[in-house]
Amino acid sequence: MLGLKQMFNMKCNNIRYLKIRFQALWEPETFKGSYGVIKRYFSNLAAPLLVLLVVFATFSQPANALLEIDVTQGRVKPLPIAIPDFLGSNESAIKYGHDIAGIIGNDLLSSGLFQPLPQNSYIEQFSSFSQQPRFGDWRTIQAQALVTGQIVMQPDGRVRAEFRLWDVFAQQQMTGLQFVTTPKNWRRIGHLISDTIYKALTGEDGYFDTRIVFISEKGPKNKRIKRLAIMDQDGFNLRYLTNGRSLVLTPRFSPTRQEITYMSYAGGKPRVYLFNLQTGQRETVGVFPNMSFSPRFGPSGRRVIMSLQNGANSNIYMLDLQTRGTRQLTNTNAIDTAPSFSPDGRNIVFESDREGHQQIYVMSSNGSNPRRISFGKGRYSTPVWSPRGDLIAFTKMSKGRFSIGVMRPDGSGERILTSGYHNEGPTWAPNGRVVMFFRESRGANGGPKLYSVDITGYNERQIKTPGFASDPAWSPLLN
Amino acid sequence: MGLNKMMNRRTGLKLTAAFLAALTIAGCSSNDKPQVANPQQTATPGSERDFILNVGDRVHFIVDQSTLTPQAMDILRKQAAWLRQYPNVTIQIEGHADERGTREYNIALSARRATSTHRFLLAQGIAGSRMSTIAYGKERPVALCDAENCWNQNRRAVTVITGGAVPG
Repeated sequence: MLGLKQMFNMKCNNIRYLKIRFQALWEPETFKGSYGVIKRYFSNLAAPLLVLLVVFATFSQPANALLEIDVTQGRVKPLPIAIPDFLGSNESAIKYGHDIAGIIGNDLLSSGLFQPLPQNSYIEQFSSFSQQPRFGDWRTIQAQALVTGQIVMQPDGRVRAEFRLWDVFAQQQMTGLQFVTTPKNWRRIGHLISDTIYKALTGEDGYFDTRIVFISEKGPKNKRIKRLAIMDQDGFNLRYLTNGRSLVLTPRFSPTRQEITYMSYAGGKPRVYLFNLQTGQRETVGVFPNMSFSPRFGPSGRRVIMSLQNGANSNIYMLDLQTRGTRQLTNTNAIDTAPSFSPDGRNIVFESDREGHQQIYVMSSNGSNPRRISFGKGRYSTPVWSPRGDLIAFTKMSKGRFSIGVMRPDGSGERILTSGYHNEGPTWAPNGRVVMFFRESRGANGGPKLYSVDITGYNERQIKTPGFASDPAWSPLLN
Repeated sequence: MGLNKMMNRRTGLKLTAAFLAALTIAGCSSNDKPQVANPQQTATPGSERDFILNVGDRVHFIVDQSTLTPQAMDILRKQAAWLRQYPNVTIQIEGHADERGTREYNIALSARRATSTHRFLLAQGIAGSRMSTIAYGKERPVALCDAENCWNQNRRAVTVITGGAVPG
């Protein structure tokens, strides 16, 4: 195994990017170099995780070929990528190899930026992981990138996955890593490899090794059972966190810990709670004279902002999770709710009906200088600040239609991503490129389902859930 | 809303809440628990059934509003009279909103509706110690169609008896 220093040097010396160039919709393009990649790997190694990784030496010399795809227009021709099953030396390794290649293909396909090529079109069949690809064979089937890998079942019972990403035209390796994990975590290997590939080819962090917490809904509309549930970003490993006896709503992920804040009617009093995903421990953030609701973590994970109701009014409060002290941030005869911090912690976006109807406002995080930013026709609600800081996602209600949109923090550049009978409650992928929300279908037997859409408005997809699902909240990248 | 207003004008505000509720059932499917099956049936005075049948347990609201309509105030005056007659009865006022709003705002909006109702009953002389409120937002609809004649039934404040009523 190589030292970290060596890994760093090797990657810097050998990597060239076949890349999809993201051009921010309203900003100069911000392409991050390979250092960003390395940094994240360090933090992965440092974290108490079961996954380890090393970088392989590459075969070929750096070339200057770069593929660039401009996605300024939103719609991008997906990059054709070949992902043969990873090789394995025994039956279970072969099975993992097949399934992990499938996870990678599915992740990349779901991003809308890649087109995994059908395996039955592949000409070259690998028999060894150390084999140099015959690039001509992959060019013939129009693959522009190729992923090769193998699975090794270690004597200690853990699963090791090694992979290489190849630039077919430049005929060189772009990156190569290995991951080791307990069999229980095997799906994460696929997601971590997907994130590595996404980053190598787009220059941006991926979002595949993430989870979604949401409200699972079952039963008729007037007797809905609502439960807190969590699953991997691709819908696997679903787990229920509450039993459905109490109404629960609006779960939100901590940006720094395996922790959720949400609202529950347990004990007949609607209150904001914390749920520790590692210990399963639940507690209220505090006991207030009236209802507390609409919680969200601050960027450090040490504070929660939420609404406290007092009679006809609801105002926004900040709560320090260490001291449990609260501080009132808004004081109006209105409904102020759905607060969301900017990622730098300096500002808070929220909705208020102080001028008659729901509109979006931004204030400093100490509550000063509130200013309205939404001025389009209709009511604006559920603002959520992007983890990149550049956009605010919202629900817009206009002429009987519910839309999901994004605007800049100063309110300019409004852009509707999807519109229909009822779309609500956006949440951001950690890289700020994808938004998830819920969509209600009509009728007495209708109900909500989860969808994701790119911030360009393209690549809308339904997220598979066992029944109805609402209030999705995306985790940060797991570490 | 339009239907209710029209009916009220025609009958000079003499419609009972029971009749309104019966209309609701005819208009769209409603599975709310204490509803009126047969207004002719008798109820034990001071019972929960008596309250629902002969007084009316709910008031309705205009879109996005929490102000009480004249009809709502009429019902709440009757509720107050009944509650004064049975001083051991305690109540919880449930605020609700229709589905045509966002979740968190509707929770706050329904809290406003429960608060308006609570304040009106306080002004009618009902002790605060007998009353509590809870806000359910759009999470507990009673009428399930995708149309105004259902949504106007869901925008409501329901006075639920929590104790002290005569059995029956």
